[in-house]
Amino acid sequence: MAYQPPKQGLVGQVFDVITLLVLTVGALYLPLYLGFAGAAKTPNPIPNPTWEALGQNATEAKQWAAIGITDPAAANDIITARFDYSFSWAPLIVMAVLVIGYFVLVVRLSDREYREVIEERFDPKRR
Amino acid sequence: MANVTATAPATERLQLLRVLGPAHIWALGVGIVLVGEYMGWNFSVGKGGMIAGLAACWVAGLLYTCVAMIDSEVTSTIAAAGGQYAQAKHIVGPLMAFNVGLFLVMAYTMLEAANAITVGYLLDTVAGMMGHTGLNQKPFIILSIMFLAWLNFRGVLATLTFNLVITAIAFLAIIALFISVQLGVSAVPMDFSAITTAPLPYGWIGIVAALHFGLWYYLGIEGTCQAAEEVRSPARSLPYGTMAGIMTLLIAATMTWYVCSGLLPWEYLGQAGTPLFDAARVTGSAGLMVLLFVGTMFSTLASANGCINDASRAWFSMGRDRYLPSWFGAVHPVYRTPYRSIVFLVPIALIFALGAPLDQVVTFSILSGLLGYTFMTFNMVMFRRKWPLDTIKRGYVHPLHPLPVIVLLTLCAAAYFAVFLGYGTQLSAMMCFYIVASLWFHFRRYRFVRRGDQFTMPWPKPAGY
Repeated sequence: MAYQPPKQGLVGQVFDVITLLVLTVGALYLPLYLGFAGAAKTPNPIPNPTWEALGQNATEAKQWAAIGITDPAAANDIITARFDYSFSWAPLIVMAVLVIGYFVLVVRLSDREYREVIEERFDPKRR
Repeated sequence: MANVTATAPATERLQLLRVLGPAHIWALGVGIVLVGEYMGWNFSVGKGGMIAGLAACWVAGLLYTCVAMIDSEVTSTIAAAGGQYAQAKHIVGPLMAFNVGLFLVMAYTMLEAANAITVGYLLDTVAGMMGHTGLNQKPFIILSIMFLAWLNFRGVLATLTFNLVITAIAFLAIIALFISVQLGVSAVPMDFSAITTAPLPYGWIGIVAALHFGLWYYLGIEGTCQAAEEVRSPARSLPYGTMAGIMTLLIAATMTWYVCSGLLPWEYLGQAGTPLFDAARVTGSAGLMVLLFVGTMFSTLASANGCINDASRAWFSMGRDRYLPSWFGAVHPVYRTPYRSIVFLVPIALIFALGAPLDQVVTFSILSGLLGYTFMTFNMVMFRRKWPLDTIKRGYVHPLHPLPVIVLLTLCAAAYFAVFLGYGTQLSAMMCFYIVASLWFHFRRYRFVRRGDQFTMPWPKPAGY
């Protein structure tokens, strides 16, 4: 006998949609909104900046001017901003475990569900 | 027996129209992705410098060549709306399919949001150039998303024909800029001195880090197979359209890197909102500025248009299979489009377009895409194992298996590390989101899903089951 899923009412459908919306906004948008997430790029401005001191040659200075930035001080933060790529192994390992663990979890649970699908689809007695 | 589909009205049994040819598939793929040349890719220069940006462009090109090879084989065999979602359902299992559906929806919805942000930013820049500083970008962001959602609501043929035209114009704008600069039109000469003075500002690790945004050059090309149910000849059109798309993008990406790196200081380029338009500004040519303004607008609109198309198809497919409430599985009785899914995804795109920075939105889109590419590796292996080549007819068989799978998996691992460098928090947030969503699906949602009905292909029983 094939599996007969229960009927989902309107309230249940709305509840499921709201759950997904809350999950999306809560997990992805909220960290951004609260400032917990962001690129680790920080400016290291130099005092009394000139194009030369900022490592820009004459052509590059013209290019800056062409995009509307004629004052080296206005480009100080942009030119001196750098990412910090220093990291410790522990967060990297945690991250790797998270990614690999996620795929292992999904594939294993999927396989359990998939066997039911195949059994029902290809077993004439269960259709 | 009572279930939603059994009692569904006649409208839910309507089929999507098969009206698309290879040119539409090319337009859908390139249309979504070409915007990656107009914005976002340049953050790879910011993460690693000019050389790292070029290396990322080519390494990502290799990654996407593997994606296109693998995807063409599976898609030409499983031609159903939802693309990779339908593949996962038939090859790996329901929970994987649910996750792949979410990857697609999140990748395309975030890309749509990024496009809308770029439209607002570009208009603000142009208004500033004309002396009107402080333009409120939000109405333009909202208008872009609402207009394109309406266009998608009205019909797929008109939508993708519209995409075909504006994508071609945006592509020609890049070529025109490249040729013009070669002919010496620019008032300021090209300068590549940073290649020698600051070749690798972050060292070798910068090349790996740059791969993160290098994916943006091509992200979404796999969207070609989302329209599989609406293509007249899927086995021919999907591989042809996808491969042609990859070749188009490789050419455009290389030209874009060359022109922008020569005309813009790398530090500026690494954080610019509209790099190609900025490169046109540096040339001092009013004609090129107008052309690249039009190109940027068209590419963002074409991309957002294709994203709405693809995200709504994936959401629709999940609703039709009751992985999501079946209300989403309805086809419009007149326009024959998944109209409820189209409308539902609009507010999600708006939340991120109006409230998140461009690089963060781009990162969320890239991460969802990356998870999808990782899935493709073991999906391909399982596909060949469960149905060896002589057991079912394939529209296309990709060569050198399993080499593309191994290369793709290796590059995906490198890309995860690249995202971890500088954007580790987003990676954590995204993984937590998918883990919780998976548990929710397996332990709550799946009980509403019919088991045997999920397998719709006329194939023999998979080996090993």
